[in-house]
Amino acid sequence: MVMGSLRQETQVAVIGSGPGGYVAALRLADLGKEVCLVEERPRFGGTCLLEGCIPSKTLIHAVEVKESALAAAAFGLGCTGTSIDLDRLREHTGQVVGGLSSGIGSLLKRRGVTTLEGRARFSSSRSLELEGGEVSGVDFEQCIIATGSSLNRLPEGISDKVWSSADALTLPSVPESLLVVGGGYIGLELGLVYQGLGSSVSVVEFFPRLLMGADQDLVDIMVTSVNSRLDEVMLESKVQTIDEKPGGGFAVTIAHEGETITREYAQVLVAIGRRPNTDDLGLENTAVVVDERGIVATNELCQTDEPGIYAIGDVTRGPMLAHKASREAKVAAEVICGHAAEFDNRAIPAVVYTDPEIAWTGLTEREAADEGIEITVGRFPLTALGRARTLDRTDGMVKIIADPDDGLILGMGIVGPHASELIAEGTLAIEMGATIEDLTATIHPHPTLSEAVQEAAEVAQGAAVHVHPPRRP
Amino acid sequence: MYTFLLPDLGEGIAEGEILKWHVEPGQEVGEDAPLLDVETDKAAVTIPSPRAGKVAEMGGKVGDVVNVGEMIAVIDDGRAAEATQAAEAVATPGESAAEDADTRAATAPQRPGPAPQAEPVAATDGKRRPRPAAPATRRLARELGVDINAVEGSGPAGRVTPEDVHRFAAEGPFAPTAEADADTHAPAKTVDDDQSFAEFAAHAASTIPFLELEPLPDFAADGPVEIEPLRSIRRKVARKMVTSMALVPHVAHMDDADVTALEEFRLSQRAERGDDPGIGKLTLMSFVIKAVTAGLRAAPSFNASLDPFKEEIVYKKYYNIGFAADTGRGLVVPVIQGTDRKSIREISAEIAEKAGLAREGTLPAEDMRGGTFTITNVGPLGGTAMLPTINYPEVAILGMGKVQEKPVVRDGEIVIRKILPLTLAFDHRIADGADAARFVGELIRQLSDPNLLLLET
Repeated sequence: MVMGSLRQETQVAVIGSGPGGYVAALRLADLGKEVCLVEERPRFGGTCLLEGCIPSKTLIHAVEVKESALAAAAFGLGCTGTSIDLDRLREHTGQVVGGLSSGIGSLLKRRGVTTLEGRARFSSSRSLELEGGEVSGVDFEQCIIATGSSLNRLPEGISDKVWSSADALTLPSVPESLLVVGGGYIGLELGLVYQGLGSSVSVVEFFPRLLMGADQDLVDIMVTSVNSRLDEVMLESKVQTIDEKPGGGFAVTIAHEGETITREYAQVLVAIGRRPNTDDLGLENTAVVVDERGIVATNELCQTDEPGIYAIGDVTRGPMLAHKASREAKVAAEVICGHAAEFDNRAIPAVVYTDPEIAWTGLTEREAADEGIEITVGRFPLTALGRARTLDRTDGMVKIIADPDDGLILGMGIVGPHASELIAEGTLAIEMGATIEDLTATIHPHPTLSEAVQEAAEVAQGAAVHVHPPRRP
Repeated sequence: MYTFLLPDLGEGIAEGEILKWHVEPGQEVGEDAPLLDVETDKAAVTIPSPRAGKVAEMGGKVGDVVNVGEMIAVIDDGRAAEATQAAEAVATPGESAAEDADTRAATAPQRPGPAPQAEPVAATDGKRRPRPAAPATRRLARELGVDINAVEGSGPAGRVTPEDVHRFAAEGPFAPTAEADADTHAPAKTVDDDQSFAEFAAHAASTIPFLELEPLPDFAADGPVEIEPLRSIRRKVARKMVTSMALVPHVAHMDDADVTALEEFRLSQRAERGDDPGIGKLTLMSFVIKAVTAGLRAAPSFNASLDPFKEEIVYKKYYNIGFAADTGRGLVVPVIQGTDRKSIREISAEIAEKAGLAREGTLPAEDMRGGTFTITNVGPLGGTAMLPTINYPEVAILGMGKVQEKPVVRDGEIVIRKILPLTLAFDHRIADGADAARFVGELIRQLSDPNLLLLET
């Protein structure tokens, strides 16, 4: 056999093994398709598992345990100091990632999915060329593009010693001082990790507020909590230059409040967004349409303009979130198999693992105001909740956004411990078309944080009485 | 470059058949200059070019069917590629849902191009949000080819239940509370795989006892056949006729009118006036329309509609008479508005004009709506009696046979008279045989003596 001439034939090819690609491959296999999954990297899991959600949440948890232990002193459990073994923490994170990655491998194997290593490029609307693996090409009937996204490259001329978020997750060191460029969720999460590990952390954000997508009232509560942990938060500020200093560290000039200031930091972390991986995919050999931002045009069946080629996850419109990719993966797989699936989801929850966490789903207050949608809002602060008191974590709130006429739940926002878990109830409520009454009449276990959801619903119900006369069926 | 998508043609029209191109590829076209003619279920329309420029691409050839929202032409206006006009490209929810269901059955499901994830359709409850419905209910709707946003939800906050979806699928848009145009909601029911046919047949059979619906035999096995898709006017006629026959208990009343004197007057006038465009062809139809209008004023039941959902009879105080026109492409019914306020001369001129436009396929949609009574005249082609189908939701239709000289008995003598056979088909829910006999009797009296018609002009 001549190397480079081995071709694989399959019913469905999936490019990428992230939370989009591997889920699509598994679902297709379960529905009886012959599936071939192509992954460029030596390990399965994509950005989310290898250099995103999973390693970052592992680190965040570690820091949280440390912070909780220190906080315990307040109620009499003397915890005099904590030590940090960076090598062990790195090793632990690697074990978490490695375990999950091989878990995906065995799921794929057990279902008989053919996995190929290599970089895929479309050579036609029915074939892929592979580079860097044993098999040189794949001929398919249908293909799902799940190639995900990459970090935006740093501007020219900036030292490669500046960290990207992927660099920061490998824990190269704990710098004495760290400037985080970008006040979005990645920057804030990683900034707090390094603060917990011992760095003095500052954040610079171009926009006038942190976490642009979230409602201000949620962000405010989080900011109040983390303010004491951050050295400086500079809003409406723009980094102009980042210069490496001869003795190590960086001199950074920042346009801030009308003047240019220079600050020195031991390390700089740039977290300024991601771009779909569609540049070198050979899409010009297909009818797939890609816009100037690299986003593949798809419909709600995840179909592209090329019959038989589907796209899911970060390469498509919408938030770059693993759970959105996984849902689209199932839609695409089912559509390929002739099912009546459609990405008709009404809410894609967003979660930020700051401390306290922030999560929201469905309509935000800001969107309602922008679009002129009439809403009623029920807010419930955690200060009034038993379970929050027992946890000594009252820095939080649940708010429910509903239609003032009929109580249909349109959105939910949460800030506080375990907001990431609590938001699931709101998303389910929205998808099911639940009303405020459905939430108030559901028994929530006591004492739990979930009671705050029920309480917020009761507040919304009460508010509705004052704002609009109730219309009960 | 400007990509022109077939705009929303209104009235729930989802597609159009290309009748004629006014341009050729590469030809310069001015803004608002006619680009092409498209025939829809309801009418032919001329679509003007939205831009001035060179025709770079044409979205189909004559005879092709183009969906609303699909590319119809690309016009090189000297500017860079431009996002197409989203607002004009409104696909009809019901139709596209049905198409999805069809395409999914194929091994490589694909809709024409990926419409970007659509904004939620404004549901008929006036809320700018999709209908509340659980994910499993939404999937059920897709499986049954139902647009969930067209379904009235019976749950709290208008939540659509699985039962609501089943009811909608079975009863269609005629659900008691459905307000909007029925056509928008009616999923194009084509059933081409065994499973969905079984479902469809089961639904239909559950509402009509003894109704047996089976797939048609494979005629091609018995000899050569030619298959033509049911489209445009033909499909619209099919829908209207089945609806009318299914909903309306038809009764027919037949009689003969002696039009000897009227014909003498009419033919002499026509000979005298020649081709005066101001008076049209002065056909018998114009006189019958006038006589019918007089008859309807005396018998309002035949100028009414019955609303079976509200259990109301709507008596119309206006007289818009439609006349069936054979266009070569199918049946079209142009409507003459306000016939009580028009002279026979005006009616005659309008008939000539509208029949001409209908034959060309360019009669505007508004000239086909709002009818309160219809007349069909097969006489020129022959025929002594027919059983016309009521143009629902009207309640009566008058059929005219061929005027022939016949021996009849007058005052004990056999004489030769010109006889016009008439058939009134009417809705027995609204009127009875005696009403019909009186109405037709009055009509015959009017038509027998042109002097009586004078009183009506």
